[in-house]
Amino acid sequence: MVMIKLQAKDIVFAYGEASPILNNVCIEAAPSKLLSIVGPNGSGKSTLLRCIDKILKPQQGSILLDRREITKMSRMEVAKKMGYVQQSVSRGFPTTVFDTVLMGRRPHLGWRTGEEDEERVWEVLKLMDIDELALKYFNELSGGQQQKVLLARALAQEADVLLLDEPTSNLDIRRQLEVMDIIKDLVKKEGITAIVAIHDLNLASRYSDRIIMMKRGKIVGAGDPVSVLTAESIASVYGVEAVVRRQSEAPYIVPLRPIKTSSSLGIYKK
Amino acid sequence: MAKAVRRTVTRTGKRSAIQEEHKKFMGRKIFFIFFLLFSIILVLGISVTLGPLDITILEVYEAIFQRLFSIYLGVERLTELVIWNIRLPRIIWGIVAGFGLGVAGCVMQAVLRNPLASPFTLGISAGAGFGVSVAIIFNFAFFGGMYAIIGNAFIFALICAGLILGLSAIKGGTVEIMILAGIALNYLFSAASSMLRYFASDQQLREMGFWGGGHLGVFAWEELSIVTIALVICFILLMLKSWDLNVMTVGDDTAKSLGVDSGHVRVYVMVVSSLLVASIVCFVGTIGFIGLVAPHMCRMVIGGDNRFQIPAAGLTGAIILLGADILAMNIIPPTIIPTGTMTTILGVPFFFYLMLTRRREYW
Repeated sequence: MVMIKLQAKDIVFAYGEASPILNNVCIEAAPSKLLSIVGPNGSGKSTLLRCIDKILKPQQGSILLDRREITKMSRMEVAKKMGYVQQSVSRGFPTTVFDTVLMGRRPHLGWRTGEEDEERVWEVLKLMDIDELALKYFNELSGGQQQKVLLARALAQEADVLLLDEPTSNLDIRRQLEVMDIIKDLVKKEGITAIVAIHDLNLASRYSDRIIMMKRGKIVGAGDPVSVLTAESIASVYGVEAVVRRQSEAPYIVPLRPIKTSSSLGIYKK
Repeated sequence: MAKAVRRTVTRTGKRSAIQEEHKKFMGRKIFFIFFLLFSIILVLGISVTLGPLDITILEVYEAIFQRLFSIYLGVERLTELVIWNIRLPRIIWGIVAGFGLGVAGCVMQAVLRNPLASPFTLGISAGAGFGVSVAIIFNFAFFGGMYAIIGNAFIFALICAGLILGLSAIKGGTVEIMILAGIALNYLFSAASSMLRYFASDQQLREMGFWGGGHLGVFAWEELSIVTIALVICFILLMLKSWDLNVMTVGDDTAKSLGVDSGHVRVYVMVVSSLLVASIVCFVGTIGFIGLVAPHMCRMVIGGDNRFQIPAAGLTGAIILLGADILAMNIIPPTIIPTGTMTTILGVPFFFYLMLTRRREYW
């Protein structure tokens, strides 16, 4: 098992001349660990994942994959080591589920697919319990099924690092748990490094080894779920009053109400 | 590297029903391509028999083999000459032009992720048309002699493609900018051609109308061989990117994360397909409908996998153009209707029929 370690140091990213979306962000992700990134909308979670996967180019900072600077690696090299599941699905021409997952083999392929690639796709489809959907068109699936297909595509990529942007956003509670169980299983059994941007604090708490909390492009908390997910941090980052209970090892968050600030009241006064 | 999935899943070693079904689906795609190929050979044979001189379909194939393999199969000299020098060049032009336009439309739609993309809608044909108008009306041409019109059409088609790429590059080479730039240039070159008509004589207007309507029977084997070589090279270059095109249909971010530099691939495909279109339209004129519709017709039958879709769209384009040309030649004899006009008149109702009778969402 190759021990991959991912480090992002002092990442600064902005679109054009606008104020930075990421401001001196540093993270470290270890093998066999699931790292969650939490934070409100617009805090920079997705942008950070896109910078790590070389989709966006940060203005400052460095990203090291297995101690190698990713800017010095070709896109194909990065793709062999890192898989990315994005939050929104682009609408393209109809493709079958099988062909969509087969795309995950692109970093390993030449011009044509081999039998081994197809075997791998079937294995992943079975793992995700979507092999019966193989000949259906992706755009005809439900949101939850689409999410599973996209995760399957990342798994077919056989990457050592998985970057997952809201992998459970379209799933019902049963499938949320199923998907998170699969991710956790891969992390533990195969030594994969998973970095998951996620809104659901309870899923983050239950499945993460470490959590990073972001607000307005900065990291405001990092550590294990117990130390990061506190009533104070949730109030300060989300502006939400919450009760944090301990269930087994993981904290359990019950959001109560938004904290009214003078500025939020100001909106109504206008 | 962690072979994660491989070790996590227990192999059954037995193919499931869905795997068998998938194998059949792949077989269907290959069968469809061979079916199209066979249809072209058949239509070719039939279309050569049509005309003032009575020729049987058997004589057509005998004459072809007689000349190709230099063996005498009993076909008369006159019949062989009519087949090889008059009828066959026109038909092969139809196949080559239809194939090239179908392929170009297919890759343009894939790379721009837009069902409306085609050499015609992106203004490349309009650019070529403007070049022709300039050559006819102002006698201004990049090349002299018989290549004045062809050369202008070729250069202006490439100027249009260059402008699309250049304008979009300023704004980061996005799909949306490329399409908008293409559509705007289509309007610009069409309007410029219309304006030039006011300066044209009756003879010049007839020449422009002839070129604009699309025609197959003007050039013979020599020019055909040039275009065929261009077609073969461009087709191979585009097929090499078929996997990347598949990946790009799901968005640039995903394509990048799967190792495909979508920006470079987009420019590569646009340059190669524009060269292909330019080399065809400069000889056969504006034939607009094929590049748009042939890829959609194939998508309805075999799905969107570009490894199969590109050759299938080419073959479908060839059949449409060949079929339209047969009708254009024979529907009101001795009048020959422009091939491009006939292609559109026949193709649009057929396309509507396919669109309305298919249940699946294709774009």
